[in-house]
Amino acid sequence: MQTVIADKSLTVFLSGEIDHHTAGRIREKADSEIIKYSPKELILDFSDVTFMDSSGVGLVIGRYKLASNNGCKTVVTGLKERDKKILMMSGLQNKIEFR
Amino acid sequence: MKKPINDFKMNVLSKSVNEGFLRAVTSAFCSLADPTLEEISDIKTAVSEAVTNAIVHGYKEKQGRIYIDAALYPDNIIKIKIRDKGCGIEDVQKAMEPLFTTAGDDRSGLGFSVMESFTDKLSVRSAPNKGTVVTLTKKISGKCE
Ligand SMILES: Nc1ncnc2c1ncn2[C@@H]1O[C@H](COP(=O)(O)OP(=O)(O)OP(=O)(O)O)[C@@H](O)[C@H]1O
Ligand SMILES: [Mg+2]
Repeated sequence: MQTVIADKSLTVFLSGEIDHHTAGRIREKADSEIIKYSPKELILDFSDVTFMDSSGVGLVIGRYKLASNNGCKTVVTGLKERDKKILMMSGLQNKIEFR
Repeated sequence: MKKPINDFKMNVLSKSVNEGFLRAVTSAFCSLADPTLEEISDIKTAVSEAVTNAIVHGYKEKQGRIYIDAALYPDNIIKIKIRDKGCGIEDVQKAMEPLFTTAGDDRSGLGFSVMESFTDKLSVRSAPNKGTVVTLTKKISGKCE
């Protein structure tokens, strides 16, 4: 998992399959980066994600909570239509920006 | 229901690494019916939800087996059964409500909603301390005879 920090904006590049099995490792890495940099903006980039189920929703909500506790906004980008549909089921679009 | 044209039955340990394995196996089986990529993704997603639930909620810290049966019927209807012998569900109707979850922060309570929206029919049978059976039914629009 790659991350890039620029101008207080942290981009996390997610890749491969996101399920309950893989979400744990992604969560740990993302959280340690968020804590390390305390960015003003967190961008979760889904461009290279090949599969996602509802575990991806839990992953996004959890990172949103951690980020917003530190006054950081969350953006999700690069979503495929079906993954967007799953994320929208949670009503997350009211809290985070889809770009 | 008519006799299936083809079917498979297998069971695996309730390890999280088998979530991806069972997605791959089911999508390979469904591919025999010549589905669209969209249909394959729908089935993979729904299976992933049911298998994850068996591991996360059914067996929790314990280890058990997940039983999966899939059958292809005439008219290109696929039926996939995912069964665990875990803790079962007290109130199935409530469990199926969108956003209902008994798990903590990492779960969003969307698994059953996702299964419903990506298949044609979802049925859930469960008994406390006995286990849960989830049946997913989907018509494949493919051109297979
Ligand atoms: N196989 C199962 N055995 C026992 N309980 C289950 C099983 N499947 C689902 N449940 C119960 O039903 C609830 C709802 O399941 P659902 O998949 O909709 O959401 P979730 O698993 O909690 O969250 P998500 O799927 O979004 O990660 C679960 O929280 C759990 O209490
Ligand atoms: Mg679930």
